Amino acid sequence: MAAEPAASLPYRLTGHVGRRFVQAVEEFGYGAALLVESLYWIVAGHWLNQPVRLRVVAAEMIDIGVSAVPVVAILAFANGGMMALQGIYTLQDFGAQSQVIPGIAMSVTREFGVLIAGIVVAGRSGSAIAARIGTMNMSQEIDALRVMGIEPVRYLVAPMLLAMLVMMPVLAILADAMAVTGGGVITSLKLHMALPVYFDRALAELVPSDIGQGLAKSFVFGVLVVVVAAGNGFIARGGAEGLGRATTRSVVLCIAAIVVADMIFTLFLSR
Amino acid sequence: MTMPQRTSDSSRPVIEVEGLRASWGGQPVLHDVDLSVEAGEIRVVMGGSGSGKSTLLRYLLGLHRPDAGTVRLFGEDISRLGRRDMLALRRRIGVSFQGGALFNSMTVGDNVCLPLREHTRLDEHTIRIMSRMKLEVVSLAGFEHLMPSQLSGGMVKRAALARAIVMDPDILFFDEPSAGLDPVVAADLDALILRLREAMQVTIVVVTHELDSAFAIADRITVLDQGRILMTGGVDEVRNADNERIRNLLTRTATDTEVDVDDYLERLTQGVGPQ
Repeated sequence: MAAEPAASLPYRLTGHVGRRFVQAVEEFGYGAALLVESLYWIVAGHWLNQPVRLRVVAAEMIDIGVSAVPVVAILAFANGGMMALQGIYTLQDFGAQSQVIPGIAMSVTREFGVLIAGIVVAGRSGSAIAARIGTMNMSQEIDALRVMGIEPVRYLVAPMLLAMLVMMPVLAILADAMAVTGGGVITSLKLHMALPVYFDRALAELVPSDIGQGLAKSFVFGVLVVVVAAGNGFIARGGAEGLGRATTRSVVLCIAAIVVADMIFTLFLSR
Repeated sequence: MTMPQRTSDSSRPVIEVEGLRASWGGQPVLHDVDLSVEAGEIRVVMGGSGSGKSTLLRYLLGLHRPDAGTVRLFGEDISRLGRRDMLALRRRIGVSFQGGALFNSMTVGDNVCLPLREHTRLDEHTIRIMSRMKLEVVSLAGFEHLMPSQLSGGMVKRAALARAIVMDPDILFFDEPSAGLDPVVAADLDALILRLREAMQVTIVVVTHELDSAFAIADRITVLDQGRILMTGGVDEVRNADNERIRNLLTRTATDTEVDVDDYLERLTQGVGPQ
């Protein structure tokens, strides 16, 4: 049988890439719609007798934020310490070891504090949100909410979004503080510098715009985690295997979205 | 658009379906379905697996928009209702899903309380008392502190029913209420459905393939097959129907499908082998 054009490799490859692209655009649109609908319920829910319950928001804040505190603190502390070590080794060739302090202060507040918080939250909540909504979807709990007149986005996603918008900046500030502290411990050991002196210098190097840049990123990261994870949960199909796939995909996409968003931020905001 | 009041025109059917057509992934699953359910009636939609009865239920609940045709609840075309009116309408219906669809992260009591907490401004004590009243109705008093995973299949169905009736709905929908239950528990559930109609004067739509259950509770039965309504009639009319497919369903006779050999071979070899 002669080879048909439909079966040729370039044709199939092009088709595959095209389908993937369309799927990506669809999912991007779905995520945007999810975000708009969540914001709609946060703003207009009260007038439609469908308010976003503060009790649920508080529970989400504990789940997303408070429970993540130990991991964020440990990772940020270790990261700050590593930055100090690397910085001191690099700068000692120039006899400028003490310049490690402004380096840590600036890079942590602008970049690494919020990035650590974002990646931890993406790993913890990105999988948990997708698994929870995916399970509810497969066991008809989402349908049950809808037929009870309870909008699933209002009931499930909007509280997560609100909680994330509050807790991500808090975690980012915590990560900043812990990373600077971690850097301080190493610096004081290596350079025989008293910790109060280190903190005085580090605080002197901080400028509000650097902290603001980190906080702005934290809001965006929080939104990305909720939208990507909830979106993956809502479109999860295919039983336990499908749920596992959706959960893994959610974490990978959350981290990828955070890193790409961070790069775009840095591109536009770096001085 | 304004929602009809609870005292809406009683002479009009509470559910009206006209020319409903629906498809999944391009495959038609419902073909020009017409259905009319009177207030206070128990209507059973009966059919074999894949007949489209659960799909029909999803369209009655407004979970999907039809390809064509209309679904009217309380005289309102649900695909034309705005968000606010749709939410208001949904407070007037209760649904018991096949698997219960209880929220696994909540206790049975919180599951039953949820619609009251979301849709009313009642204080917590009143909400608790009202939910216990409904749990009493379904003989689950004292089980409100248990999680859904700690309940048996029959208890899950009854808890789901308690949640469905907690807002005193005008229409109750059941998706396969007897599926997966032993005959005694299934008969108990049938008796409970009949008692509910007596007590609440509620319209009930039951989707099932269980013949005994359908004949025990139905005022009228609609038989669905391959997405088409074969007949609607009383219990005796359906029992005595001479339509072959209905007879097969009633007598549990396997249907032989003629196999076209060429079609069969093409299906097997499509997209396989040398190009």
